[in-house]
Amino acid sequence: MRAFDYARPSTLVEAFELLSAPDGGVKALAGGTDLLVGLRNGAIRPRAVVDLKHIRELAPVIRADKECMSIGANAVLAQLTASEGLRRDYPALVESAAVVGSVQIRHRATLAGNLCNASPAADTVPALLAYGADVVIRGPSGERRVSVDNFVLGPRETVLTAGEIVTTIVLPTPKPGTGAAFARLTRRRGVDLAILSVCCLVDPEGEVRFGLGAVGPRPFLVRDSAAAVVSSTAAEQFAALVAKASPITDVRASHDYRQAMITVLARRTLAAAIERSSWVSP
Amino acid sequence: MSSRRLVTLSVNGREHEFDVLVHRPLLEVLREDLGLTGAKECCAVGECGACTVLVDGLTVNSCLMLAVEADNRQITTIEGLTPGESLSPLQDSFLAHGAVQCGFCIPGMIVSAQFLLDSNPSPTASEINEGLAGNLCRCGGYKRMLRAVEAITEPEA
Ligand SMILES: Cc1cc2nc3c(=O)[nH]c(=O)nc-3n(C[C@@H](O)[C@@H](O)[C@H](O)COP(=O)(O)OP(=O)(O)OC[C@H]3O[C@@H](n4cnc5c(N)ncnc54)[C@H](O)[C@@H]3O)c2cc1C
Ligand code: FES
Ligand code: FES
Repeated sequence: MRAFDYARPSTLVEAFELLSAPDGGVKALAGGTDLLVGLRNGAIRPRAVVDLKHIRELAPVIRADKECMSIGANAVLAQLTASEGLRRDYPALVESAAVVGSVQIRHRATLAGNLCNASPAADTVPALLAYGADVVIRGPSGERRVSVDNFVLGPRETVLTAGEIVTTIVLPTPKPGTGAAFARLTRRRGVDLAILSVCCLVDPEGEVRFGLGAVGPRPFLVRDSAAAVVSSTAAEQFAALVAKASPITDVRASHDYRQAMITVLARRTLAAAIERSSWVSP
Repeated sequence: MSSRRLVTLSVNGREHEFDVLVHRPLLEVLREDLGLTGAKECCAVGECGACTVLVDGLTVNSCLMLAVEADNRQITTIEGLTPGESLSPLQDSFLAHGAVQCGFCIPGMIVSAQFLLDSNPSPTASEINEGLAGNLCRCGGYKRMLRAVEAITEPEA
């Protein structure tokens, strides 16, 4: 591995300063499961890395607050899959966290890192989109809060500017009776990236939301407030969903296969989400 | 910011102080500086699990962790899971079931399987498969490994 410098700040203020280097040559390090791969294969060549794991304000806590659930930036995916509160209220997010990499990877990989890495195939992002999650960002010029939908701009690109750090991911409490489910397709069961991933959420009034991953330059959200996907116009609705995607052909699957599978996974996750919800389809 | 750092690694119960280059992976320090060659380097990008060790009781890919990140943490390697001159019940079971072929993946496989059994003493077959999904065996001996682990699971009370 190429040499770089390392810093281990214990406060956000120190980290802002370190990460604000104007040349952009300083990278934040969380679990390192994306960053170390990039450092090893030379895809990124930072002058220095700043370890976020000792920063108090990013503590790995998953906390139920009034009308929301907050997940600290240093929380790893194994914590998400073990969390009683998340399993009860956000089962589709837990399902998506549970398929990332392997046990070893989930012991290190953070939810914030999965989001900040901004891969089109990041598995937890479709679920964060469907649950309407927000990202709390702090930086040299203060705090701001953006929706996950507005956070990821494209492959490896987010709204974060120099020195900014994600501190918390906030999920609003789903309305009672909400059901949601996640599914993905891979070539093999273990340690593989998604060909396609879908999270579907159905609320008690019948609003249906789909979060889709790996079929566009970034994961994206499609809302269907009239529950048209379960009406007589369902076929048109699914066609509209497919039309929003722009899948590519790569080593994992072809454009055509991905496109064909969107409807399949959308139908499956919709059926599972309805099953988990209190909504009775007309 | 520095290119070197003084770290304390507690490995298999013994403390070691190092002045370490910060870009060195934990795996490299374990193998080259401490002579603990049980953990192996293969893919070097988190996919094969040959480098699996425990850090504070949790399995990690030591190829994807910097030695500086392990500062002041408890590291257990396959050497630390092997009692003195004998073998652990899990290691014996691997031998008894013919689950070891070339042996390259076995240290990582045993660390993962021991972690699985310690956190879930009665895993189902699918839980064993899931628990070992991050460990690849190039000899393809997965069935025998599954049986070796199953043989020492505690029957459900
Ligand atoms: C073998 C293997 C298998 C994998 N399988 C999957 C899979 O199936 N599905 C999947 O979705 N992903 C998979 N991944 C990638 C997944 O592990 C990562 O996306 C992980 O979640 C990133 O989190 P991290 O803590 O490791 O981030 P890091 O690697 O530390 O950081 C990732 C990026 O985010 C930035 N960053 C991290 N935290 C913050 C923060 N708080 N504020 C600002 N920027 C930040 C870093 O600077 C870096 O650019 C796999 C990786 C490996 C090595
Ligand atoms: S060498 Fe670490 S996972 Fe393959
Ligand atoms: S026994 Fe040869 S790699 Fe597993």
